[in-house]
Amino acid sequence: MLYREAGDFKTTYVDDSQTFPIKFDRAGFWVTMAVAWLVIPFVINDYWASSLLVPFLIYAIAALGLNILTGYCGQVSLGTGGFMAVGAYACYKLMTAFPDVSILIHVVLAGGITAAVGAAFGLPSLRIKGFYLAVATLAAQFFLVWLFNKVAWFYNYSASGQINAPERLVAGVAVTGPNTPAWAQYLICLFFVTLCALVARNLTRGSTGRKWMAIRDMDIAAEIIGVNPLRAKLTAFAVSSFFVGVSGALFFAVYLGAVEVGEAFGIQKSFLVLFMIIIGGLGSIFGSFAGAAFLVIMPVALKWLGVDVLGWPTDLVAHFQLVIVGALIMFFLIKEPHGLAAIWRHIKEKLRLWPFPY
Amino acid sequence: MSADFLYGIEVVINGLMAGVLYALVALGFVLIFKASGIFNYAQGVMALFAALTLTGIMSGQVPFSHLINAIFGTEIHHFGWHVPALLAIILTLLVMIVFAWAVQRFVFKHLVGQEPIILFMATIGLAYFLEGVGDLMWGSDIKKLDVGLPQGGSIWVEDATAFLGGDDFYGFFIDKLDMVATVVAAILVIGLVAFAQYTKQGRAMRAVADDHQAALSVGISLNFIWVLVWSLAGLVALVAGIMWGAKSGVQFSLSLIALKALPVLMLGGFTSIPGAIVGGLIIGVGEKLFEYTIGAPYLGGATENWFAYVLALIFLVFRPQGLFGERIIERV
Repeated sequence: MLYREAGDFKTTYVDDSQTFPIKFDRAGFWVTMAVAWLVIPFVINDYWASSLLVPFLIYAIAALGLNILTGYCGQVSLGTGGFMAVGAYACYKLMTAFPDVSILIHVVLAGGITAAVGAAFGLPSLRIKGFYLAVATLAAQFFLVWLFNKVAWFYNYSASGQINAPERLVAGVAVTGPNTPAWAQYLICLFFVTLCALVARNLTRGSTGRKWMAIRDMDIAAEIIGVNPLRAKLTAFAVSSFFVGVSGALFFAVYLGAVEVGEAFGIQKSFLVLFMIIIGGLGSIFGSFAGAAFLVIMPVALKWLGVDVLGWPTDLVAHFQLVIVGALIMFFLIKEPHGLAAIWRHIKEKLRLWPFPY
Repeated sequence: MSADFLYGIEVVINGLMAGVLYALVALGFVLIFKASGIFNYAQGVMALFAALTLTGIMSGQVPFSHLINAIFGTEIHHFGWHVPALLAIILTLLVMIVFAWAVQRFVFKHLVGQEPIILFMATIGLAYFLEGVGDLMWGSDIKKLDVGLPQGGSIWVEDATAFLGGDDFYGFFIDKLDMVATVVAAILVIGLVAFAQYTKQGRAMRAVADDHQAALSVGISLNFIWVLVWSLAGLVALVAGIMWGAKSGVQFSLSLIALKALPVLMLGGFTSIPGAIVGGLIIGVGEKLFEYTIGAPYLGGATENWFAYVLALIFLVFRPQGLFGERIIERV
């Protein structure tokens, strides 16, 4: 009843190929958009922005990117942290070199630079597959972090080796730097998330996405039916890295403001984003958001429960967090290898028949 | 001989010793991968956990004392006894066997027949879980592991080799611990190979590695073999944990050696025990030599962080199955 295709007639090709073909999904999408754009910016405060919403939005972009590569194209990458660092440093160099150009353009350009780097590191994927590739992407992770640590040009020879985001305005409001209001931080991230999600959604259901999925399911067979593996894999690496680069740029410029590369973009970050897409669901746009939300909310909730309610020391709670994350990942892989997105799919199937299941 | 050349040789020797330790971790990977097709990312954390447990047992720490204190408001930390090293090692080994059984029973039994990448991700989850449990049980502070292994440079080697160079050369500096590690690793490898070749369980293990279904059909219990290989990997992890723990203290960074073992495996091939050893030696020597000749003078140092991966990456582009790996044959 609630969720049904029946009665939703499509009489034109435009109708037939719209992004959300089912009425309920469309309604859901517009409601979400309305709440996100028109309600939250007015009620948001510093705490909610800095501990939940902004990291959620930024990680959602990274998860979307990794999901394109791993979930849709089947190439496991452990270099996400390194590519985020590329985005952050590219954004920093652009911001300091061209202070008059809008930050929005810088973020997109940073994504573009990351895409080029990602495609270069994606080249070995033509010969290396599976685990071997996963390990090969570790080379990107460690090499890039080392590079940004050692080459002083990247951090403009600052004494601390850190990069600090200078203040930049969009339409007269600061979006980076210490004077940024919470709602501006939130809105700029939301802007990029919306854009990225729409692009990702439409890429993955178009011919590009189908090629990726063909490569994922069996690359030799895909090659035989006429998918060019070189192009498919490299576009996947490039698009994925673009998203990851944008998220890295926002993570640095908008969220943290000051970054030390080994700490902010270490191997832990790669695993975190990988966990997001495993828990959320491989090969699902919704799953990227669900996974990002889950792994952003969980530590905050656990900390609240452990430290504020039970009064335990923080390090103990941090250890528990490791145990719970690990256990959850194993649990999900055993019970639901397709993640939260699959659970949502089951709910939708139930809703389709509700309240008259047969 | 010039001093530079001699220092170069010293770097190579130290690289070989480091390589032995990498190979030790890589060995644990190969054992599990051959028998069950699981690429066990948690191997490094297993080494950390084993080392933590060993120090905990030796110093008579109360497991989960932190947690118990937080819940009940008590102040307990130690039982107040000290367990001798050998007994503690045996107890730790028992813990690792129980762990192996639990992993098989509660996780991988339910994941039989899944895609390799799913299994790999499950082991990443396992790694987090085990790290958290290790911290909860024994606390996360850096611990000293002292099981009576010799420490420091070997005077004997220095004196014996000092004649090779001029007045400014004092002989090769080689850590005694590294020498012990090399001997232990050699014994371990010989022992494992002998086990695999000459015992009934070892044969069964090889049969499972060859073909699961054929092994099942002749009456080999897959479950038992998998518990066995996880236990063996636990043993290897314990040895690696002792060596690394004695070298640099028992702390979280111990689990990162697992990452170092990955390029070793890529170089040697995932399915080959000799490959793990040769790969370990190549990586150990390669990264030390690169740091000594190019990294430190020209690139600002710390190239050891990434050299192994890049070497493996370049190598793989030319030979995707590694040095000794089985040839990859793809069919549609």
